Amino acid sequence: MSIDADEIARIAHLARLEIGDEALARTTEELANILAFVGRMDAVDTADVTPMAHPLDQNQRLREDHITETDRRDAFQAGAPAVENGLYLVPKVLD
Amino acid sequence: MYEKSVTELQRGLRAREFSSVELVESCLARVEALNGRLNCLITVTPERALEQARAADKRLAAGDAGPLTGIPLLHKDIFCTRGVRTSCGSRMLDNFIAPYDASVVERLDAAGMCQLGKTNMDEFAMGSSTESSYYGPTRNPWDLERVPGGSSGGSAAAIAARLGPLATCTDTGGSIRQPAAMCGVTGIKPTYGRVSRYGMVAFASSLDQGGAMARSAEDAAFLLAAMSGFDERDSTSIERGVDDYPAMLSQDIAGLRIGVPKEYFDQGLDSGVADRVREALAEFERRGAVISDISLPHAPLSIPTYYVVAPAECSSNLSRYDGVRFGYRAENPSDLLDMYKRSRSEGFGAEVKRRIMVGTYVLSAGYYDAYYLKAQKLRRRISEDFQKAFEHVDVIAGPTAPGVAFKIGEKTDDPVTMYLCDVYTTGVNLAGLPAASIPVGFSDGLPVGLHLIGDYFQEGRLLNAAHQYQQITDWHRQMPRGID
Repeated sequence: MSIDADEIARIAHLARLEIGDEALARTTEELANILAFVGRMDAVDTADVTPMAHPLDQNQRLREDHITETDRRDAFQAGAPAVENGLYLVPKVLD
Repeated sequence: MYEKSVTELQRGLRAREFSSVELVESCLARVEALNGRLNCLITVTPERALEQARAADKRLAAGDAGPLTGIPLLHKDIFCTRGVRTSCGSRMLDNFIAPYDASVVERLDAAGMCQLGKTNMDEFAMGSSTESSYYGPTRNPWDLERVPGGSSGGSAAAIAARLGPLATCTDTGGSIRQPAAMCGVTGIKPTYGRVSRYGMVAFASSLDQGGAMARSAEDAAFLLAAMSGFDERDSTSIERGVDDYPAMLSQDIAGLRIGVPKEYFDQGLDSGVADRVREALAEFERRGAVISDISLPHAPLSIPTYYVVAPAECSSNLSRYDGVRFGYRAENPSDLLDMYKRSRSEGFGAEVKRRIMVGTYVLSAGYYDAYYLKAQKLRRRISEDFQKAFEHVDVIAGPTAPGVAFKIGEKTDDPVTMYLCDVYTTGVNLAGLPAASIPVGFSDGLPVGLHLIGDYFQEGRLLNAAHQYQQITDWHRQMPRGID
């Protein structure tokens, strides 16, 4: 499975990562090698196999819809990069 | 004191031969003397350790102590420890002071253990050598030019160097067992869902599991018992009672059926490792175990399957690191997108970014069926292989790793070369089974580990088998030269 620079750029954007020009060739090669390696999966036919998402085939445990969490916003925001009035500050989104 | 087993420490504390404070001080002195060379610990917490030791001494005096009260402990730096940096070996969390304790941390605090510090690890648990840590590699106490294995390399090396008797660790594709093998110590990963993942920073949610690292199965049994149990706050926690692992250690293993997969002994396996494994199996036979050949036909596909599932889940789990609420934020971002991209690109190391890229690719539209869905189907086949085998055997055994500890820098040029270290261990995580590694000798002067896999919730049986082997051998008592 070959992978080109455009594909790398698309994936990087989806993942919100920056791949600089110097790293682009190496990243492309590394990913191509990894994808070729995992392509070994094709050796086995799995047409009728049910996918396994949980190793013990368990389903999501449910609970009653009651509020159990306490408000610890101050504690959690103590380590935040930038906060004001309980809000997280980021570069302007809207013009 | 650093040679004493947990049982001996329990006795000594109760007989007032030494106090918990003295025990903790002796561990901290060893950390002071050796951590500079070994780089096992990212953060040392002497005040916390001594405060907990003083509280433990009070409990001991009042006759209110449990099996682990007053015993020093190391935590892999993936477990949230309230008020203490929890870095996951990453620049992304270098400034992160956890605002809460992980379930595992709470349980072990309640048991009266004393936190010495946080151990080094591959960044976000992604690696087999501890070389990808933002804080530099940990060195193998058996040869300082070599890796301790990974991702729980800091914990394994700390145990081998006798910095402390017990350490927590985690395993997603082999990250407890492989470093245990490379450092000549005992490590156990329990059944998926046995140990709560609440507060254990997520890498791959369907594979991650916390476990125990120690110098013996007996010591590990105490720690694993205290770590295990249902936790409401972890939605994948299994509601099932915890067996009394220490009480099961002395059971006779005559008649124990051990299966050895023929797929494991191929040309990729170092001959010295293969020999030590066969010798270890002969010891088990001497103890009455019955060895037979079995087959795990899909075993060769474990690594490719794992390296689709794990990166996919990691790409999802690591999307929370965006520089907004906590962790690393890039300086002077020009806009929100720039903030996301630069925070993540500067905060994460190369291997983490590689796996996020692979994961994003295999989950993206057009590729999901060919990769992720395919991997989930193979996962079922791999799991079925184990279940078929367990119809005829009680334990599956083989080498933990295909070679001994390699030199720092030896496998970092090509990611796939590093991935091949996980050939024996990844199938276990895909199937969610419990497994352990115990030291069974040396090859070229470096430790060799035997891998023992059990059926679901058979941690007690694994520890029992390991303990019986450790009663008639002394590999687990060997200590690296020059570390004293």
